[in-house]
Amino acid sequence: MAKVIVVTSGKGGVGKTTTSASVATGLAKRGYKTVVIDFDVGLRNLDLVMGCERRVVYDFVNVIHGEASLKQALIRDKRLANLDILPASQTRDKEALVKEGVERVLNELRKTHDYIVCDSPAGIETGAVMALYFADEAIVVTNPEVSSVRDSDRILGILSAKSKRALDGDEPIKEHLLITRYDPNRVSAGEMLSIDDIIELLGIPLAGVIPESTSVLQASNSGVPIIHDENSISGLAYQDLVERLLGEEIPIRFITPVKKGLFKRLFGT
Amino acid sequence: MAILDYLLRKRKKSAAVAKERLQIILAREHIDRSGPDYLPELKKDILKVVEKYVAIDYDKIQVTIENDGNCEILELNISLPDSSTVPLTKVRKA
Ligand SMILES: Nc1ncnc2c1ncn2[C@@H]1O[C@H](COP(=O)(O)OP(=O)(O)OP(=O)(O)O)[C@@H](O)[C@H]1O
Ligand SMILES: [Mg+2]
Repeated sequence: MAKVIVVTSGKGGVGKTTTSASVATGLAKRGYKTVVIDFDVGLRNLDLVMGCERRVVYDFVNVIHGEASLKQALIRDKRLANLDILPASQTRDKEALVKEGVERVLNELRKTHDYIVCDSPAGIETGAVMALYFADEAIVVTNPEVSSVRDSDRILGILSAKSKRALDGDEPIKEHLLITRYDPNRVSAGEMLSIDDIIELLGIPLAGVIPESTSVLQASNSGVPIIHDENSISGLAYQDLVERLLGEEIPIRFITPVKKGLFKRLFGT
Repeated sequence: MAILDYLLRKRKKSAAVAKERLQIILAREHIDRSGPDYLPELKKDILKVVEKYVAIDYDKIQVTIENDGNCEILELNISLPDSSTVPLTKVRKA
């Protein structure tokens, strides 16, 4: 049975697209036929993070409107043969995604793929609701910061009230907390919400913690999902996340502070 | 100036403040969410009326709906600020 996983957050810029790209890549690496869909109509950037922007011809909205077939619109990943990307449209019409159309495309993909990863736009309006509506599981991306936690809580409210599963009275969407841009040094200095604080506030199970790392920007600069980078702690933390999504129980890594030298403590980084 | 930050390290940790604030914000939003969809709108309308007389904040108004057997009870709780005896015109000017 194919699974639809939405990557959502409410707040913008917290790491949804970075996470979607790496989770989809990780699932494909583990042998699952995976497709990752960009729901961010008008602000397409998943293709950039995946490094396939020059091969975009048709997009999600074209498929919904019947202007292209799914086969024509899907872009095969250049590294993994069992990974496809469905780019978002650059249209300014935010209402271009209609529920019936989205459902038809998802149902078609369910027949051919094991995992369908949906990269949600920011916000709690139509676009974000569309991305989560058909989900079986949700990765709630949260930064250790007041507004991000507040917005994650709002998204949790929408998952449990406005999703198809909620409205149909089916088994609820399985929720996973993913804390990203985590800085253990700042947490130990009392300057940043801790993992336990966030779990306590949001009350959903933790699936991963991705540390803040400069390698994430480097990866997006070159269009290679960070999970490919075995030398990056963020990349390794994404590998762990994928294992946990697949049911593996492994401890959270890279969450203890790294001691700074006296020089750095006095003069900053 | 990292050296100054280090020497004058703030006593109250900001992460603790963040957590406290979030606990309050989320509790308030959960109440809004648990009721019918019109609750937040109702609160805004009540605020408009009360504001004509006393300056108060949105989060000082608590509206809850409880199901007491076979009837629903709408409970309205407004905490007025200490200065509530001051006429609004003065509050506004201050
Ligand atoms: N763990 C991390 N460490 C450092 N930088 C990160 C990390 N995760 C994400 N970023 C950076 O944060 C920025 C926003 O990331 P991303 O585009 O994935 O967020 P988003 O939630 O998809 O944003 P939007 O809401 O605009 O769609 C990017 O510049 C990305 O490189
Ligand atoms: Mg994004």
